Amino acid sequence: MLKIANRTFQSRLLLGTGKYPSFEIQKKAVEVSEAEILTFAVRRMNIFAEEQPNFLEQLDLSKYTLLPNTAGAKTAEEAVRIAKLAKASGLCDMIKVEVIGDDRTLLPDPIETLKASEMLLEEGFIVLPYTSDDVVLARRLEELGVHAVMPAASPIGSGKGIINPLYLKFIIEQSSIPVIIDAGIGSPKDAAFAMELGADGVLLNTAVSGAKDPVKMAQAMKLSVTAGRLGFEAGRIEEKEYAIASSPTTGMVTS
Amino acid sequence: MSITLNGKSVDLREGVNTVEQLLSHYHLENRIVIVEINKEIVMKENYKTMSLSHGDVVEIIHFVGGG
Repeated sequence: MLKIANRTFQSRLLLGTGKYPSFEIQKKAVEVSEAEILTFAVRRMNIFAEEQPNFLEQLDLSKYTLLPNTAGAKTAEEAVRIAKLAKASGLCDMIKVEVIGDDRTLLPDPIETLKASEMLLEEGFIVLPYTSDDVVLARRLEELGVHAVMPAASPIGSGKGIINPLYLKFIIEQSSIPVIIDAGIGSPKDAAFAMELGADGVLLNTAVSGAKDPVKMAQAMKLSVTAGRLGFEAGRIEEKEYAIASSPTTGMVTS
Repeated sequence: MSITLNGKSVDLREGVNTVEQLLSHYHLENRIVIVEINKEIVMKENYKTMSLSHGDVVEIIHFVGGG
């Protein structure tokens, strides 16, 4: 069970809602994933165009926890503005703090992220900052009182998987708040790996929405997050350099 | 009266004086939206009473897909 602030969730998979081929596929993918937390972005409405369907408005909101992000913000102040807009919907009080500091890599700005997190905590938000795999930043954020830290596996949308398992492990070991591996997940093995490292959850979007068959991939991700978590809880064997026979070495029938 | 609405200058016809009237003018009364006037969020309970003024900068915001 995943516990963030005072909320509990059965699923450890958090799903993004961007870039699906169609609403129909998206609905099925969300359903199959069994994710309970869905991320959204906050944007100006295109009110002058023809009425466009909106995914959020088609959801049974009683079944999901919305996790809006502050994507688009480059400063703490912009992130706070977006977060307040999201909260004013009356639908959510959780916020994914996402303050991008570099356009090419979409890596977060650590200083603005810290500032935004502090301001949003003062405003009473449940704060989940998206960060790089910086171990010290994760600690500083926890000391501020954030409700989870969400270090990236690799750059957003890159599908490169976990490029620095060691630092993610350091963050997981030191944290007493949930650690959710966010961004860069490419395939089910990455999600399973994140969970085997001891992560409390995985947040992904493109890995599912960009897959050839998003619905099938949503199912694969659900299973791999579950498998990875079970593997972590079960405690894996030590790695050894050479073979150790699984069958008895006595009572051989060959000699 | 004219206002800047989502970045565009628009002339509001007579009878559109409040946030509630603005939303229904654009058929948004049943949509999930957030309204901001001059960078101040307007809470839902004030839609009826919050009147618009000439030159207001109004933003109508919503949730879209994102990661």
